[in-house]
Amino acid sequence: MNALATLPLDPQTLRADFPILATTIHDNVPLVYLDNAATTQRPRQVIQTIVDTYERRYANVHRGIHWLSDQSTDLFEEAREGVRAFINAPAREEVIFTHGTTESINLVARSWGDANVRAGDEIVLTVMEHHSNLVPWQQLAARTGCTLRHIPITDDGELILDEFDKLLSPRTRLVALASVSNVLGTINPVEEIVRRAHSAGALVLVDAAQSAAHMPTDVQRWNADFVAFSGHKMLAPSGVGVLWGRRELLDAMPPFLGGGSMIRRVKVDSFEPADLPAKFEAGTPPIVPAIGLGAAIDYINAVGLANIHAYEDVLTRRAHTVLAEVGGVRIVGPALEKKAGIVSFTVEGVHAHDVAQLLDRQGIAVRAGHHCTMPLHKRLGITATARASFYFYNTLDEINLLGRALADAKHVFRRR
Amino acid sequence: MPADEEEIYQEHILDHYEDPYHRGHCAHPTHAHEDDNPLCGDEVRIELDVEPGGRIREAYFNGDGCCISQAAASMLVEHIEGKDVGFVKQFSAEEMLKLFGARLTPNRQKCCLLSWKVLQSAIFSPVDGGGPRTADGKGNATAGDATTGEVKKP
Repeated sequence: MNALATLPLDPQTLRADFPILATTIHDNVPLVYLDNAATTQRPRQVIQTIVDTYERRYANVHRGIHWLSDQSTDLFEEAREGVRAFINAPAREEVIFTHGTTESINLVARSWGDANVRAGDEIVLTVMEHHSNLVPWQQLAARTGCTLRHIPITDDGELILDEFDKLLSPRTRLVALASVSNVLGTINPVEEIVRRAHSAGALVLVDAAQSAAHMPTDVQRWNADFVAFSGHKMLAPSGVGVLWGRRELLDAMPPFLGGGSMIRRVKVDSFEPADLPAKFEAGTPPIVPAIGLGAAIDYINAVGLANIHAYEDVLTRRAHTVLAEVGGVRIVGPALEKKAGIVSFTVEGVHAHDVAQLLDRQGIAVRAGHHCTMPLHKRLGITATARASFYFYNTLDEINLLGRALADAKHVFRRR
Repeated sequence: MPADEEEIYQEHILDHYEDPYHRGHCAHPTHAHEDDNPLCGDEVRIELDVEPGGRIREAYFNGDGCCISQAAASMLVEHIEGKDVGFVKQFSAEEMLKLFGARLTPNRQKCCLLSWKVLQSAIFSPVDGGGPRTADGKGNATAGDATTGEVKKP
């Protein structure tokens, strides 16, 4: 009990809020969910908020002159305020509800990109980006003739900032990077990147999908220009995401999707766009997922992001120790103090898919493959990794089980 | 532990993975093809030495990937060696899964079927200076049609 007393939070108490974590699979093997970088699970509080909304307070938002629509609109806008406070945005109007990180990034690439980027301009990305922060810029390059540059990484998976400086020029229009790598777990120095990018006159978009639920997001401290993240990686339903942008940038950008809600006035052959945030929220938005995101933020705030980050560090340290004991395991990514709760690895002689399949037998859910980062895997010289990713409801016992199951997996393959 | 999943790592399959049949290259390939499954990185190349009459004198595979993709390729080249190209054309995806033996989830069926798809293309892919345009000299027939959801290289 001493060890527990020293932990930054009590995972057992929190686990009780997550019905799915009590699941047993494969004839009574307890589920060990270590795929949190793909998506987290939801606590009862979020699930109940969804149920309550649908059962008592659901109608379309910003539409009706009727009581139910007011109820729904209030909840939806409360959620927006919850997001604003969560990321310390200066104004609620700067918080755009999208359907996920991918749509948020595409919104910027389409709207800001098409209006501001020309042939000869440059967009700087990193080698470790998720495909969702690569492909929209490749599409922008195809439309505009701009050039993409990539900040290289060290063998340990850290950005090489000296090389970044060399990539920056008056042609650089935007730097887009992940705050935390979804494979390496690398915590990137966002503030420093922003400082250098702004000195060169470039804007910065931060893909915060892997950090929003795990460490504090302060868009003003980062001094970023756009920040994107998803609800489903932070206890909320899938189908809702956020784009935060500086008001003056969002105001100057043309609308992305056209349709209802995003207009002030429509004539047969023209329209006037609505003010923020409606301008970027065409059609019926993800109403209940957004309200669920509000509840998820309340839950995360109650646990405390500082506690979450500190506890994930405990889990990650244990994971590194346990995997080293297995032998023949190569962990990709930087030193512990520079990474989040994501541990990607290869096992000598066992393909990542076989690792995942064999771990699944013991109830352990990990991801295997390239995790939507094919260029990063090419850089690392491997085709696939297995990835264990943690959240506050994981336990040290589960990490120990991961180690034992990996040792068993190695034994399945006899002669290698 | 689930019996159906456990089957994947049964002796017969591990034998093919760790001690494969004809992993390597034909001395005189007449037909060859390779492909990968970009989602997981599995790669398989198949080389055939087809006699003028259409009999597959020799079949080899090479590649890299998970146990299922590589064991399946080994089983497949062993299975079709000595058979006619017509037999390969008739050999369905379903039969391939049956040949593999273990029950597979849809995701892992793709691993198993990679070599089968490569083989179906290989019989239509003469090596430069090698045999006729198609392995049995009968023109482009039905083999490609039998594939379902084929993953093409981008």
